[in-house]
Amino acid sequence: MEKGGIEMGVTKLGGATVITDSLDWIIKWSQRNSLWPMSFGLACCAIEMISAAAARYDMARFGMEVFRPSPRQADCMIVAGTITKKMQPAVQRLYEQMAEPKWVVAMGACACSGGIFPTYAVVQGAEQFLPVDIYIPGCPARPEALIDGLIKLQQKIKRDKVR
Amino acid sequence: MTEETITLNLGPQHPSTHGVLRVLLELDGEIIVDAKPDIGFLHRGLEKLSEHRTYQQILVLTDRIDYLAAMSNNFAYVLAVEKLLELEVPKRAQYIRVALVELQRIASHLFWLGTHAHDLGAMTPLFYTLREREDIMDIFEAISGGRLTPSFMRFGGLAADADSTFVKNTKKFTDTFAEKVDDYENLLTENPMWLSRTRTVGMMSKEFCINTGISGPMARAAGIEWDLRKSNPYSSYEDFDFAIPTGLQGDVFDCYMMRIREMRESAKIVSQAVDGLPESDGSPIKAKVNKFPAGEVYHSIESPRGELGFYIVSDGGKSPARLRVRPPSFVNLQGMGELVKGRLLSDVVAIIGMIDIVLAEVDR
Amino acid sequence: MTLDGLTEKIGNYIKETDSFRDEVTVTIDRDAIIPVCRILKEDADCSFDFLSDCCGLDRLPETPRFMVVYQLYSMQYGHRVRIKVPLEEDDAEIESLTPLWKAANWLERECFDMFGIRFRGHPDLRRIITPPGLEGYPLKKDFPLEGSETT
Repeated sequence: MEKGGIEMGVTKLGGATVITDSLDWIIKWSQRNSLWPMSFGLACCAIEMISAAAARYDMARFGMEVFRPSPRQADCMIVAGTITKKMQPAVQRLYEQMAEPKWVVAMGACACSGGIFPTYAVVQGAEQFLPVDIYIPGCPARPEALIDGLIKLQQKIKRDKVR
Repeated sequence: MTEETITLNLGPQHPSTHGVLRVLLELDGEIIVDAKPDIGFLHRGLEKLSEHRTYQQILVLTDRIDYLAAMSNNFAYVLAVEKLLELEVPKRAQYIRVALVELQRIASHLFWLGTHAHDLGAMTPLFYTLREREDIMDIFEAISGGRLTPSFMRFGGLAADADSTFVKNTKKFTDTFAEKVDDYENLLTENPMWLSRTRTVGMMSKEFCINTGISGPMARAAGIEWDLRKSNPYSSYEDFDFAIPTGLQGDVFDCYMMRIREMRESAKIVSQAVDGLPESDGSPIKAKVNKFPAGEVYHSIESPRGELGFYIVSDGGKSPARLRVRPPSFVNLQGMGELVKGRLLSDVVAIIGMIDIVLAEVDR
Repeated sequence: MTLDGLTEKIGNYIKETDSFRDEVTVTIDRDAIIPVCRILKEDADCSFDFLSDCCGLDRLPETPRFMVVYQLYSMQYGHRVRIKVPLEEDDAEIESLTPLWKAANWLERECFDMFGIRFRGHPDLRRIITPPGLEGYPLKKDFPLEGSETT
């Protein structure tokens, strides 16, 4: 395959194996296969997120089991649960503290759109104040749904321009 | 040289606060001088929402109050409404309910054990306990369709009857569960590191517990022999043979032992419930309910966290005039401020873990 | 505990009684709350040493508008009693039960947060679970479910 006039692929060069590809592709490949989520469970979906990281569903297969408590070290914020008005400033600040490139996954009905709580105390969805990349419906979203969503995020990173 | 205290903010995003809890700590070096929990980060207005939903719709909301023990919340709610309606529940449904609620107690304690041990540095138990919990989630999913939020109880019974698969899978689980608890105990109970982190930390006296409204495994750890399943039995609990473990000094270690022993006792209850499951007599497994009489009731059960009560005020309409949830975690968490005074910063994590809070129940 | 037993102990304070579904409810005046609770807690036959719950009730359009509802439990006997205290809308104040039970601390704060009912003598009466800056008291019947523009 050719990119920008240069032949891509695997070749042998004087005894060494050399893989040639565009820099963008390599950056995106390393980003999507080592997404480090920030451990940010708010409510019930957090339990399913923890189950997804446990032995049966095993997010580690996808390079994602390294949950970082600190936003400075994380790539991906999985907003798992209801965002209340009291919690919103904290979520915002955590998002701002994350270093670029960063992605946001809204897990569960509450993070997508406020869920079953159309009340005075609940922000009706993370998208009200954050740029969301992936929406995972469910109440709670099953661990398989979370993994499906994260795989879609990996595909999105592959498809989009490099961040 | 003047002495100054530092104010440290713990949470609301923190790996060890088990949800969105914020604690403002005043420290003198590493000794806690004062601790003020700041809650409300998961306040969703559930009680207000209940006034705008029908009684049947509220059942779905109750799952989300204490998301680690959804079956218990459903149970407490339907029992309160059945008290209001004076509805009889068939014996078979009562036994299945007991089996489900005790399985839920085990699942809740398993999750608690895994995360509590993880907070104190023991990372291995988490994977073992979550493995067993997945087996219970499979049983719930097979019977109700939902893992975490089954919404399975109905007024007068259950959404559907249990079949032989339920009985078989439950028996398979309870037959091997005692060995699994032995595995967890092998890792922790006599481990010197575990003992040094938990023994004499957060000791509670009986008087402190009763006066602060503390219920559940914490109260039993302090030595109070009180379990609502025995003192005020409901749903045929009097038919089952189980012990109530009690502790000596109400420290973190005693709370741990309470929950371990409760898991064993719950497995016995589940076994007895499915072994003695009465045959179906052909009557429907749930009742059709349309009218709700005016009046007020309060009913509470022994949830994995303590006394979970529902106070329902009905004015005869389709929605309650007031639905109040008596939240065990909220009342238990009050005690935290006093328990951590004079202790080290690392003990705060152990004491928060001992209380076993679920923020959705604290804040509703 | 039976209604007769209670009448014997606190009869002169009781304004109204109710016995619905085997539960005993007594309604008393707000000035009686501390003496009644002290008797119920300390008397050997009552022994209501556990404050299970304290919550508010908005009975709009009925008057008096508010009710504070206490659920008491006895560890020794396993019996329960419900105490209700009516409060007028423009004078929604009552003595705090914190000197008797530490459990009342956060329970009364929540009642204040949700209804605006003030508890005299409470060590730290401030809002507890609603978002900061919220105007109004959410569980009042005239507070909209979705909140207003200011929330």
